[in-house]
Amino acid sequence: MKDGYCLGIESTADDFGVGIVSFEGEVLANVNDTYTPEKGGIHPREAARHHARVAGKVLAEALQKSGIKPKELRAIAFSQGPGLGPCLRTGATAARALASYLDLPLIGVNHCVAHIEIGKLVNKAEDPVTLYVSGGNTIVAAFEAKRYRVFGETLDIAAGNCIDVFAREAGFKSDGGMPLGRMVEEKAAKGENFIHLPYTVKGMDLSFSGLLTATVSLLRKGKYRVEDLCFSFQETIFSMLTEVTERALAHTEKTEVLLTGGVGSNNRLKEMLRIMSEEHDAVFYSVPKEYALDNGAMIAWVGALSYMHNLTIPIDKSFVKLKWRLDEVEVPWVGEKVVD
Amino acid sequence: MKSHGSVKKLLIKKGAEASLYLETWHGRKAILKRRLVKKYRVSELDRKIRIQRTKHEPSIIHKAKEAGVPTPIIYMVDIASTTIFMEFVEGKRLKEILDHLPPDERKRLCRYVGILVGRLHKSGIIHGDLTTSNMILTPKGRIVFIDFGLSEQSFELEDRGVDLHLMKRALLSTHFVHAEECFESIINGYAEVMGEAEAKEVLNKVREIEKRGRYVSKR
Repeated sequence: MKDGYCLGIESTADDFGVGIVSFEGEVLANVNDTYTPEKGGIHPREAARHHARVAGKVLAEALQKSGIKPKELRAIAFSQGPGLGPCLRTGATAARALASYLDLPLIGVNHCVAHIEIGKLVNKAEDPVTLYVSGGNTIVAAFEAKRYRVFGETLDIAAGNCIDVFAREAGFKSDGGMPLGRMVEEKAAKGENFIHLPYTVKGMDLSFSGLLTATVSLLRKGKYRVEDLCFSFQETIFSMLTEVTERALAHTEKTEVLLTGGVGSNNRLKEMLRIMSEEHDAVFYSVPKEYALDNGAMIAWVGALSYMHNLTIPIDKSFVKLKWRLDEVEVPWVGEKVVD
Repeated sequence: MKSHGSVKKLLIKKGAEASLYLETWHGRKAILKRRLVKKYRVSELDRKIRIQRTKHEPSIIHKAKEAGVPTPIIYMVDIASTTIFMEFVEGKRLKEILDHLPPDERKRLCRYVGILVGRLHKSGIIHGDLTTSNMILTPKGRIVFIDFGLSEQSFELEDRGVDLHLMKRALLSTHFVHAEECFESIINGYAEVMGEAEAKEVLNKVREIEKRGRYVSKR
């Protein structure tokens, strides 16, 4: 086992985060600053501006919290993709500057791999089927021969995006930083009548755009209680997500299910996946919020794993990859005991 | 529901969608496919999904036969218990054998799969779950398509594209080593039935669908 630490920078979307972890997976710091748009969704350039503004502060705070000195760092990792271009570039610039100033190797981390790995780390899970569902991503993945293979994914918009757009259409306003999804969840809990909405599962892939259009159009007609619509909307989305996860579980015959990403904090979704997992004698894991949402620690952790396998990249080849697929990434550490 | 004279059911596969039991049907080996209640979803939705798929599957299986695609014989359907009784198809799932075949044989079988998919599409059937787990190679060398639970009827280019896209995805996730060549052979067979021009159009659609996805490196 190596001594020293890895620092990771996350900046794929609205979060700018810095994490510091040891090579044994101990998280010393995980500091995050979120850009909150005045209205509507994330504006990539505005988010990038926010990241540039807070980068110094977040970095300093992470270093201070970790109690380590910069010279104890062994590598600098950053989220290289997938994500929003301007946001990714801001994080990458900070990482390159740090690596070059401290003369440390640079590591480009795939954001989706990072979500899976940190979820495995905090749960001590070994080989789960992962449902990663957030505002920007909806993926069902599992490890098969050297890589995380994508078994199912959205054919159009992400599930979290679908929920957010509906929430905005319903006039929900995020005050006090409460996520829109959480507000839909609360309203849904008061729903009583189930309204049938388009349910689109194609094999293990999903489609949410038709469901969104239909639900918004019912909302505008004003015939139904918002609570009932939230309830039915949420039930439909989560049933679809659970069904494809179940299909992947049955197909791969694995024995663990891991739920991560921002939407993964929804209690109803957790409940559904837990019931489904139990029916298949699989263990269900969810991820605490600080590691389920975008965060620097997960980037630092995959940075540490990559460093131990010499997967560093030269600065002049560290371009960000906006559409970097999960199944393009080599993950040589999976399935082996992490020994030096 | 009546017991159909069976003594006990032997669970042979607990799938995501349904449980399969080995049974006998008037002396023949049969599969009982039961869509069980999914406790994770609300009962209104659960019932609707199970009944819809139980009704739908046998009728599409029948249509597939008419199109010249081998499928199991349906013995009986019971909507109340969302159960389908069907022929037990002897053979091996393509999933288990595809990677271990000699290259020529693999190519030939994939071309054959492509022909069958072409026949389905030409008759307006979209399988909806084209994976190698849903194809059985019989000892006589026929390929039987099973599990039409997610199928639909459509002549739309878009639906055909998604169907083939799913096939490709299944190959990439399960048979990654041979995925490219397998898909190529499937397309060759597909083009034989659909005609070069139409097959090309569907293939272009597959590419378009891939690019539409959220994670694509080449646009």
